[in-house]
Amino acid sequence: MTAALTHAQARGAGARRASVARCYRFELVKLVSQWRIRLLVLACWIVPALFVAGVSQQSTLPVDTLFGRWMHATGWAGPLVVLGFAGTWALPLLTSVVAGDVFAAEDRLGTWRHLLVAVRSPRRIFAGKAFASLTVLLLLVAGLACSSAAGGVVAVGNQPLVGLDGHLLTPADAAVKVLLAWVCVLAPTLALAGIGLLGSVALGRSPMGLLLPVLVALAMQLAQMMPLPVAVRLALPSYAFIAWNGLFTGPAQLAPLLIGTGVSLAWAVLATALAYLLFLRRDFTNLSDDGSGRRAVTAGVLPLIGLVAVTVAVLTTSITATATATGSGIGQEKVQSSVATAFAHLYRMQTEQLHRPAVTEDRLRATATCNKGGLQVAAQGPGNDWRCVVSWHLPGVQAAGQAIYQLDVTPDGRFMADGDGPKEVNGYFLVRTPEGDTPNPLWQFDGNVELLSTPKG
Amino acid sequence: MDTLLAVRARGITKSFGDVVALDGVDLDVTPGQIHGLVGPNGAGKTTLLGLLLGLAVADSGSLDILGTPVGRTLDAPDGVAGFVDGPGLYPSLTARQNLAALAALRGDDARTTAIDDALAQVGLTDVADERARGFSLGMRQRLGLAAALLTKPRLLVLDEPSNGLDPAGKKHVHGVLTRLATDGTGVVLSSHRMDDVEALCSDVTLLATGRVVFSGPLSKLADEEQELDYRIRTSDAPAARQLAAETPGIRLVDDAGVRHDAQVLLVRALVPALDELMVRLVQAGVAVRELSPLVSPLEAAFLALTEPEEAGR
Repeated sequence: MTAALTHAQARGAGARRASVARCYRFELVKLVSQWRIRLLVLACWIVPALFVAGVSQQSTLPVDTLFGRWMHATGWAGPLVVLGFAGTWALPLLTSVVAGDVFAAEDRLGTWRHLLVAVRSPRRIFAGKAFASLTVLLLLVAGLACSSAAGGVVAVGNQPLVGLDGHLLTPADAAVKVLLAWVCVLAPTLALAGIGLLGSVALGRSPMGLLLPVLVALAMQLAQMMPLPVAVRLALPSYAFIAWNGLFTGPAQLAPLLIGTGVSLAWAVLATALAYLLFLRRDFTNLSDDGSGRRAVTAGVLPLIGLVAVTVAVLTTSITATATATGSGIGQEKVQSSVATAFAHLYRMQTEQLHRPAVTEDRLRATATCNKGGLQVAAQGPGNDWRCVVSWHLPGVQAAGQAIYQLDVTPDGRFMADGDGPKEVNGYFLVRTPEGDTPNPLWQFDGNVELLSTPKG
Repeated sequence: MDTLLAVRARGITKSFGDVVALDGVDLDVTPGQIHGLVGPNGAGKTTLLGLLLGLAVADSGSLDILGTPVGRTLDAPDGVAGFVDGPGLYPSLTARQNLAALAALRGDDARTTAIDDALAQVGLTDVADERARGFSLGMRQRLGLAAALLTKPRLLVLDEPSNGLDPAGKKHVHGVLTRLATDGTGVVLSSHRMDDVEALCSDVTLLATGRVVFSGPLSKLADEEQELDYRIRTSDAPAARQLAAETPGIRLVDDAGVRHDAQVLLVRALVPALDELMVRLVQAGVAVRELSPLVSPLEAAFLALTEPEEAGR
């Protein structure tokens, strides 16, 4: 029997804290042991492939989604369709389930004291939980990307992809850009994850903590649908969920993408830091206190509002030098240029389909004349009342060809051009080729207007 | 060899806003001692246990745990284990996985044998691979104790460890705590079950509204108590009743309302008078088949020491 404690024993009895790596592994084990997380992982690695393969075999394609109209043509359109859907719904939901619950789960289970006694460091607990939820999120996003790409390539094939300005990307280019696009949305996903951590810490057991990333994402998507000034639009991390569109133009529209990524990362860092500070201030001795409260909520919200204000101010100052920061960023000349460029690329594609003599975009000298809502209204801003007349020249032909398009331009700069004739060029959804009827690339096409660029000419 | 206390608390005060949870509390726990914390709800037991586990820091006073002064929160030295407000278990993990994850977290040896041994000690071997989600309260308590055992504690802090235990579970838990104490581990436990405290603890501290109203050996508590009611079953009840009536310091208690048993006698007495009655019964050839207090000394003391304060509010 050793019913005595010596000074020697006491000297070696300092508090032993679990390392961050052990905390990370512990949190990962807990997360992966949950059925809902396992189901999510399975779903993210299987469902997109089935969805893309299934939709690609349908006669009706999701043309309202970017690249949806090309799902018959190439397997690389599928992962971009899934990416568009993921940015709107899936990623906010996934961040809610993973990051939005990682702290609140301990409140629900009543395990905080157990965890604190075992780890003896709130800082390491926070780090372990943050890294573990990040790991699971990355696994889920990787599943969505890999699964949808595999489903598309297997079901449709490794074909060239038509970019947002109509130019053709080789399969290798398409693969790289699809990968880049998925990497780019990691930034806004991290921002939502940071908000999820913040909600989980600040709102405790409240269901609002779990729902916060979804609600914030929804609110920001609604904001993106409003006719906001460019600076405000780019100051919200949700813009990065659509900024990857710029990768599929030639040249790539990198400025909005980089700004969106930077803003998203700033949100991720600030939201995570706020969650960390609130977590360290929490009193774990009081079981009825789950850390939520008006002060905690205020301390979490106000700095993020401040970040938006600062970002808007910085962007307004920097953008004003090159574009109208306070405007919509959608002007007549930009729309004309985008439509003409896309038309030229797609006309060349149609020419090849019809086995006509090859023609280059330069020789076509395509131009567009666009107005909005007739001549009485200023031709700028979003709307479905844009009308463009595209003109082009064929080598050896004196007269210029003309085609009409109705445009629906959304506030984020994306547009859908709907051909109004003539029928032989863009008025019908099929073209008759020696191999049979095939989809007419000039009938309807998607494009986008870079909000930050200055009008050419 | 210079011996240190497992716990040495002096003048510990802890408040939550306007509520004083602990008010100048002193506590000494020696290694190898099982020390009971008893008190009504809101007396400050859980707060005190939380301080011992390093979950909170005292507003004032000094606290040495395993010979190490405790300063900041979560600064409790290694070798302290236990739980307050129930053990923290993860329902999606099995009992074995809960222990393995905890052992890995602490960097302890997570060998199967160590986990199996801990599960066997608390009698959970048969359900080792079942998820904790389906565990009863008693099973959760035992698994929490097994988790503490894995860390080979030198101070074990337990809040209501007997809650929800069936007789078999209680036997396991009592066996484990007794073995730990025999091996030199200091054990501090709180409980509302006086029979458990009396069966396990050598020393006890009574808390009421954050203050210590008694601290010391259980035997001392019993000595200091007023008269107690005892139940005596003898071979000759009329003779025993006659002897009790004649013995100084013994008062017969009206047993109306108590389940009637002709062979049972209820008396109220101090321990010396009761001893005298036993002697007289034996000398008169009356066999004593059962002698037990109606209310345990600890429970009586608990009621006597805490009720006046409650009544005074």
